[in-house]
Amino acid sequence: MSRATSIAFAVLTLLPITIFGSEGAIDARDYPGPAWSPYLVGAGIGVLSWLTFYFSDKPIGASSFYAQVAGFIGKLFSKRHTESLPYFKENPPRIGWELVFVIATIAGGFIAAWTGGEFENVWLNPMWTARFGGSIALRAVVAAGGGVLMAFGARLAGGCTSGHGISGTMQLNVASWIAVVCFFIGGIAVALPLFFL
Amino acid sequence: MIDPGKAVKMSSAEQPSPVASPGKLIGGVIFGLAFGFLLQKGGVGKYHVLLGQLLLQDWTVVKIMMTAVVVGMVGIFVLHHFAKVNLHIKPTKLGPNIIGGLLFGAGFALMGYCPGTGAAALGQGSWDALFGMVGLVAGSWLYAELSGPLKKTVEKWGDLGKLTLAEVLHVPRGVLVAIMAVLLTAVLVALERFFPR
Repeated sequence: MSRATSIAFAVLTLLPITIFGSEGAIDARDYPGPAWSPYLVGAGIGVLSWLTFYFSDKPIGASSFYAQVAGFIGKLFSKRHTESLPYFKENPPRIGWELVFVIATIAGGFIAAWTGGEFENVWLNPMWTARFGGSIALRAVVAAGGGVLMAFGARLAGGCTSGHGISGTMQLNVASWIAVVCFFIGGIAVALPLFFL
Repeated sequence: MIDPGKAVKMSSAEQPSPVASPGKLIGGVIFGLAFGFLLQKGGVGKYHVLLGQLLLQDWTVVKIMMTAVVVGMVGIFVLHHFAKVNLHIKPTKLGPNIIGGLLFGAGFALMGYCPGTGAAALGQGSWDALFGMVGLVAGSWLYAELSGPLKKTVEKWGDLGKLTLAEVLHVPRGVLVAIMAVLLTAVLVALERFFPR
């Protein structure tokens, strides 16, 4: 291991430990956990990928949905310009599997929350409010900005937490293992100062 | 033995018609419903569960992902071995995988949901996911707008083509699947011991 890697490793492991020692820090575990065991849910998603591969010839993925929506909106404003962009030449917006999949994901989330008595109907969540207060505008700006970064990153990396993080890694895809490690490094590096500085 | 590469009728090279076939769309709806349902039940539609993972407090996300990978990996390997499914390997490009991955992670920490879990969060009535989804569409557009120059620069950095861990490590795919399944399960057992949530 090179010196740079050792230092990076030490910082990444020690930083949270020193931070967690501080009194009164926000702890995500003070808020309600999942309804079902993560192992049951994980196994369910694993089996679901067998089914999507077998019946739809598709890996589970979510991020391309947003690119498709962007393409449709772009075509409303300027069809010619949208169709001239290299990304949309290769991935023309269409009513396809990826599009209906994510729309159905919203509905699936609703069914699960409704039947489980977990339907929230809130603009802000308690952990955010505990740290940043009750401004919806602030949350809107940060969430939208995060969304921009995330979608740009997903397109560049070639997938998101589903496409790379689950579907790609399970196929032992090198790109996906690299991407998912970087997702977490980038996420931890921003989340820790966001909540503890 | 059947050649897994050729035996599946449903080729992934489908015609890019503006609307996919009804069968494909129905599959997308059913699997999307199941995906959203599982994500919400797994608690990963909740901001504090996702941020809790990035703050290294709540390990639900990693538990779900790793379990899905173990179950999915074994099943997909077997199905592919008997030529029932196609693999969907994305090309490894070190530059964009790493840079895109880090940007994605940073955006993930800010938005608090990823592209798939954001959809489940919206269904759950966590309306702040909407702001993030607007950002995701905008970010996808930004990428498409820059896709020309990006393809000529960043996306050429470290292009290794389609690559799996089995090829990198020179281990037969089946052996590696078995090793990874044992390894990831061991990590899960250790995780559960030190981080019950």
